[in-house]
Amino acid sequence: MPINYYIFLALALFCIGVVGVLTRRNAIIIFMCIELMLNAANLLLVAFSKLYTHVSTLPTAGSDAQIFVFFIMVVAAAEVSVGLAIIVMMYRNTHSVDVNFLNRLKN
Amino acid sequence: MSNTLQIVWLIPFLPLIGFLINGLGRNHLSKSLTGLIGSGVILGSFLISLFVFFQVKNGNTHVAHYFDFIHTASLKVGFDFQVDQLSSLFLLIITGVGFLIHVYSTSYMHEEAPKDFAKYFAYLNLFVFSMLLLVMGANYIIMFIGWEGVGLCSYLLIGFWFKDNANNDAAKKAFIMNRIGDFGFLLAVFWLIAKLGTTNYHDVFDGVSKLSSFDIGGITLLLFLGATGKSAQIPLYTWLPDAMAGPTPVSALIHAATMVTAGIYMIARSNILFTMAPLTQSVIAVIGLATAVVAATIALKQNDIKKVLAYSTVSQLGYMFLGLGVGAYTGAVFHVMTHAFFKALLFLGAGSVIHAMGGEQDMRNMGGLKKYMSITHITFLLGCLAIAGMPPFSGFFSKDEILAEAFAKNPVYWGIGVLTAFMTAFYMFRLYAMTFLGKFRGTHDQEHHLHESPSAITIPLIVLSILAVVGGWIGIPKVFMPNGHRLEAFLEPIFAKSNEHVAALGTAHELSHATEYALMAVSVVGALMALLYAWNKFSKYEKTSEEETGLAKAISNKWYVDEFYDAIIVKPVQSIAGFFSNVVEKRGIDGFVNGVGKAVNYGSRQIRLLQTGQVSAYMLMMVIAILVLFIIQLFL
Amino acid sequence: MSITQILFWLLSAVAVGGAIMVVASKSPVHSILFLIITFFAISGHYILLNAQFLAIVNIIVYAGAIMVLFLFVVMLMNLNEESAPPQKNKYILYGGTIAGASLMLVLVAALKQSAQGRHLMETNNGTGGLIENLGKLLFTDYVFPFEISSVLFLSAMIGAVVISKKEA
Repeated sequence: MPINYYIFLALALFCIGVVGVLTRRNAIIIFMCIELMLNAANLLLVAFSKLYTHVSTLPTAGSDAQIFVFFIMVVAAAEVSVGLAIIVMMYRNTHSVDVNFLNRLKN
Repeated sequence: MSNTLQIVWLIPFLPLIGFLINGLGRNHLSKSLTGLIGSGVILGSFLISLFVFFQVKNGNTHVAHYFDFIHTASLKVGFDFQVDQLSSLFLLIITGVGFLIHVYSTSYMHEEAPKDFAKYFAYLNLFVFSMLLLVMGANYIIMFIGWEGVGLCSYLLIGFWFKDNANNDAAKKAFIMNRIGDFGFLLAVFWLIAKLGTTNYHDVFDGVSKLSSFDIGGITLLLFLGATGKSAQIPLYTWLPDAMAGPTPVSALIHAATMVTAGIYMIARSNILFTMAPLTQSVIAVIGLATAVVAATIALKQNDIKKVLAYSTVSQLGYMFLGLGVGAYTGAVFHVMTHAFFKALLFLGAGSVIHAMGGEQDMRNMGGLKKYMSITHITFLLGCLAIAGMPPFSGFFSKDEILAEAFAKNPVYWGIGVLTAFMTAFYMFRLYAMTFLGKFRGTHDQEHHLHESPSAITIPLIVLSILAVVGGWIGIPKVFMPNGHRLEAFLEPIFAKSNEHVAALGTAHELSHATEYALMAVSVVGALMALLYAWNKFSKYEKTSEEETGLAKAISNKWYVDEFYDAIIVKPVQSIAGFFSNVVEKRGIDGFVNGVGKAVNYGSRQIRLLQTGQVSAYMLMMVIAILVLFIIQLFL
Repeated sequence: MSITQILFWLLSAVAVGGAIMVVASKSPVHSILFLIITFFAISGHYILLNAQFLAIVNIIVYAGAIMVLFLFVVMLMNLNEESAPPQKNKYILYGGTIAGASLMLVLVAALKQSAQGRHLMETNNGTGGLIENLGKLLFTDYVFPFEISSVLFLSAMIGAVVISKKEA
């Protein structure tokens, strides 16, 4: 299984996430697209951990990347909790989750 | 430094003190106190000047060094005063005549408010201070300080009644004309510094042989340009008649007796430089003569009493320059002295008349003042006789000395000079006759108001008239008395070098006694005839309204010199200035500055549109930026 | 074609398809469900890559807790239908798509050379991703970041409460 396949898969997921962020106006969906991008990164980290397991002789070789993924999940969970709180707040103020209504600073 | 003359610093210092007291205390001092201080300090200076004069007369000259004014590696200018024959003579003239005019002013300016009165005396004191600095400085820099100072005071005093805009224009004109001359003076000083590295009179005069003839010619011409500005010669003379806008005592002090003679003083002081520049001498002689003739012709037709005197001053200054130009330095200085006496007298007399007439200056509205103002009349007549060159009044001696020297140099100079002398006699007695003789032509109110002036005015008149009569007797020509010319003997050390130079060249001619007698006879008889003609013609003067034509019109319009200057200098300069201010300034500089502002404003208004407030647009920007960075990194 | 390859292609297709549907579907609820499918596919990839613990955590934390939280918020706000009119600004739509596609292209062009010819080893004793191994590592070498992350959680919790509280 060439590592390139995983790279391309992760890139595809990441770019789909980017397109979602750019095109959708619903804050929740934008948020989910960000989660998607995070997961693409996680997938790539895990794939590289697999790639390097046989290179090193250390018992923990390849586990470091998985620890990284673990921490990314931790951060993502914290981010989601705060982010969703913000979205709830925004909905409460504008009765919408459309990010285009967040342009009050313009005027 | 135990020389008693070290105290000469007191002479300019006292007027400075007077200036400070009167200037700073002008809101608090009473008029009488102001007048007392103003005149008192000048009297003090005069007494010290007398002392200094007698010291000098006994052969004690001195250069007093006080401190270094400018001190750099290659140039050292000390704050030095030079006391010698020439400066002590000028000290006497300035402080003596100045004191009389101060006294006169206490009465003449009495109608001013106390504040203005004090301001007037402060300016007058400052003027005396500057003038003293000018004549006492031992180098050209100190002289230049005084030179500028008198210009400033002249400006301030001409524009003393600054509420009338015409006075301000006259003041500005005087100042600008003076500035043109000062420019030449300054260049000459720079030239001296560049060539000799010093401005001290002694060092300059000793080092004069080191200069090339081109340098001397250039320096002297530039100095002469300075003199034409200050002493009102062609082409810069037009400011002086306009300067009559100031109070009459100011005209007497500044524009007749002292400041305008600064140019004469400067050239007499630098006589060796000028003696070694024959070309400059010829230029000076010709310009002096031309000024004398032109101003005299203009004076023939003027109707303003002060204007006549102003043009007469210009004309007499022209005489002095003629004297300087033909090498008659003593004669020029002599004429400065006698002129200071009789012209101050005439101006003060005119002031007395104007005072009595309630501010009227037009001679056509005067006449017959003889019976109202006897003292003024007598003194004025003496002054007129003096200026007309009637023996034995002072003007005769000084004028004749210049004319004799001019004849020795070139008879044409003498011819024109003597013609001018006839005109002088004519217009002075036209003035006298129109003012004092005949019958009164003014309004009834004015006639009722006529009175002799108070003693503060008449006493200076009397003192000056005595000086105007006897002042010439210190310079009696050799043909009358072998040792009669005491002034020449006194000033001999100043002009020694020039005399040596002339003697070495062997170009000096001695006139035979017969020739001198003949010259004198011609000028006296001619002047007497002009005098009598004017007396007869104008004592029966009646106001007429006929239109003048031809030459007479040109003369009454002062040869259209002002119009000519206006057309060739003022108008083009104004249009250039208009071009610069309207086009270069507004479009160019302002346009550029405003354009930068506008461009930034416009640019930011356009760039602001990128801030749409839409989150997705921002993120699109971000992604595009990432793309660009990747592309640069990968493919470039 | 081995079973691993078949699984790889299958899971990849599911992941990419789910991701596209997340972006494309009109209803937020559908987006969430498609995202859960995508996450399951990614968990499958983790198992293929010997990361068993991460696969389980991904399902429990992401597909379980976080997505339920999303779903909960959507339900709470009653946003199951697209209430706002669709994207009016077509330029943003096309621009976003083109930008994403170009980013994809550029990144592929950039990375396609980077690991050419490197292959993943088929290991039978892949114990690196087991919880025993990772747990030891986490509580020895990575104990400090682990503790920090607990503080992060605490502050996130407090932050969420403070933000969503009604203004006092």
